[in-house]
Amino acid sequence: MQTITQITGSGIPLLLDDIDTDRIIPARYLRCVTFDGIGEHAFEDDRQQDPNHPFNKEQFQNGKVLVAGRNFGCGSSREHAPQSLMRWGVQAIVAESFAEIFFGNCTSLGIPAVCASRDDLRKLSAAVEANPALDVTVDLEALTVSFGGESISITMPEGARSALATGQWDFLAQLLDAETGIKETAAKLPYLNAFSA
Amino acid sequence: MAEETANDRRSDVVLPCVESVPFICPVAPGATPLETELMSDKQNLFNKVWDLHAVGTLQSGQTQLFIGQHLIHEVTSPQAFEMLRERNLKVMYPERTMATVDHIIPTENQARPFADSLAEEMMSAIEQNCREFGITLLDLDDNRQGVVHVMGPEQGLTQPGQTIACGDSHTSTHGAFGAIAFGIGTSQVAYVLATQTLAMQRPKVRRVEVNGELAPGVFAKDVTLYIIQKLGVQGGVGYAYEYAGDVFDRMTMEERMTVCNMAIEGGARCGYVNPDQTTVDYLRGRPFAPQGADFDRAAEWWLSLASGPDAEYDDIVTFDAADIEPTVTWGITPAQSVGVTQNVPSVASFPESEQKLIAEAHEYMGIGDDQPMEGTKIDVAFVGSCTNGRISDLREAAAVAKGRHVAEGVRALIVPGSQLVAKQAEEEGLDKIFTEAGFQWRAAGCSMCLAMNPDKLQGREVCASSSNRNFKGRQGSPTGRTLLMSPAMVAAAAINGAVTDVRKMLEPAAV
Repeated sequence: MQTITQITGSGIPLLLDDIDTDRIIPARYLRCVTFDGIGEHAFEDDRQQDPNHPFNKEQFQNGKVLVAGRNFGCGSSREHAPQSLMRWGVQAIVAESFAEIFFGNCTSLGIPAVCASRDDLRKLSAAVEANPALDVTVDLEALTVSFGGESISITMPEGARSALATGQWDFLAQLLDAETGIKETAAKLPYLNAFSA
Repeated sequence: MAEETANDRRSDVVLPCVESVPFICPVAPGATPLETELMSDKQNLFNKVWDLHAVGTLQSGQTQLFIGQHLIHEVTSPQAFEMLRERNLKVMYPERTMATVDHIIPTENQARPFADSLAEEMMSAIEQNCREFGITLLDLDDNRQGVVHVMGPEQGLTQPGQTIACGDSHTSTHGAFGAIAFGIGTSQVAYVLATQTLAMQRPKVRRVEVNGELAPGVFAKDVTLYIIQKLGVQGGVGYAYEYAGDVFDRMTMEERMTVCNMAIEGGARCGYVNPDQTTVDYLRGRPFAPQGADFDRAAEWWLSLASGPDAEYDDIVTFDAADIEPTVTWGITPAQSVGVTQNVPSVASFPESEQKLIAEAHEYMGIGDDQPMEGTKIDVAFVGSCTNGRISDLREAAAVAKGRHVAEGVRALIVPGSQLVAKQAEEEGLDKIFTEAGFQWRAAGCSMCLAMNPDKLQGREVCASSSNRNFKGRQGSPTGRTLLMSPAMVAAAAINGAVTDVRKMLEPAAV
């Protein structure tokens, strides 16, 4: 699996709080059996209602690093949300905090979801607004986001960080490796063994 | 076929291969299944159950956690089965996954093929996937079909001490039984199918106590909305919530499910109530619950898992039941709520850092500073969902609807959480009470909670809803508006065409 230690690209400033996954991808676009084509519907209703939504603006169309606020990705567990952002072109998300299920889904897709302080996010967001072409680099080893000569520190749970950095973010193979342990665990669960020793 | 499968899934089923594997326990060396005395008195239920299911530690430091019960539905599973096909993998324990259909199910015309060809395609996909991978599907033609979080408990699939995962955030519902239950994404659905395990970070545990007595007319929904209002939509991130204290001790299982269902709306991926006699009594005789002597051994084990008086927590918060009144959301997150007798809080009453978000909510909802909550006009009323689509919810709504009529111009839907809930309600005559009062009596499904089926708000309609999310656009119209409240409050709002304090409408005996 590909190791993910550094993502560089232009930013998309969306410094809003409590953005739920229904807003990222409205439920009507979950009527599908593959994720193909879901990218074009990212933030569809918000874009319809707000011509100034950053996903509508020409200058942010090629953005790879999404800058968001607190509790990003709350609500529904739909993986369609990070799938749509990924297919839109987002490769990393820097936010004040993330909802847990969304965070886990991002990791499963190889999208680093990293946290920064509100003050630092304001700086980053302002810099991206001022210069949409500005390169923003998310570095999972240095734990920094650097842009235009500035650098802010970021945090990320070590489990997810090391999974991405060592190329083990697709957990399926690792989980399968433990087949013996899985069967041993099943063998000691009372409810799988007629509640008897 | 259904019968055979039911027998196969009984808890006395011995999983393949386990007998040939030497017994090694990576968590508590030497432990035998029922030796729960080895667990420390200081351990809360969450940590006991977690340790029991830990297969080992991954290189990333995360726990590989065994999932005892997996539930799937038509929306978040098709891509997971596709991943299995791409990698030529089988389902490791097909008997530990149960499937049903709920999100896209039409509640009026259910003739196949569905009018919505995309919905029909999803139905065909889950039917094909379950056939191909050997998973039992409770399809539309099976009377056990229903919203996945109503069906699981109803069938006795959900039991204390299990780990339960489902590609749906409201999986926290099952925590009502003292299970560790949480929502997962589609890649993780594939992991569970292929390995029966997940890579998980152990959360902290917060005990959320509500003590004292709830006033008449205050329901489980009000309790859960109140907790979210106080702790915030992000307050539970990184935590599992243990709901404890007098109020939860006295609650029925269905009430506990309503509370745990919305743990996720407060940021906690998992919420639970310790198993007690109420839990045991609920499970006795359910189709997938253990039977006979197995049940007694099971009950003993279940009760032994409960957090004891010396259990330790990472955090404890306490609330007084007397402070909770019928609660209604006014905004676009489940924390934006007030007691029905209160006014919508002004933008200025929030800290400066919050004001932008609050102003956005006011604008979207078309609601102003200090506007009284009671009297807010509604266009649509919806009773249903995994939060409040069970028989007790329908009874509470029917008690308000009986002998009254839905206000002119209001569209009111009653959507039972499962076919069995619908059947029970019909046996009790609740459907008649509703239809005579002008409510539409529909078939079981998720319906207008998220409007993936034809049941949707139109334009900027305002919906009094017993569901769990008031997000922008949640109920099917990109500009639709949702007011969350208890089923009894929804019925009251339907009848008056506006948000109403249900306490004024309940029989004196009930109040």
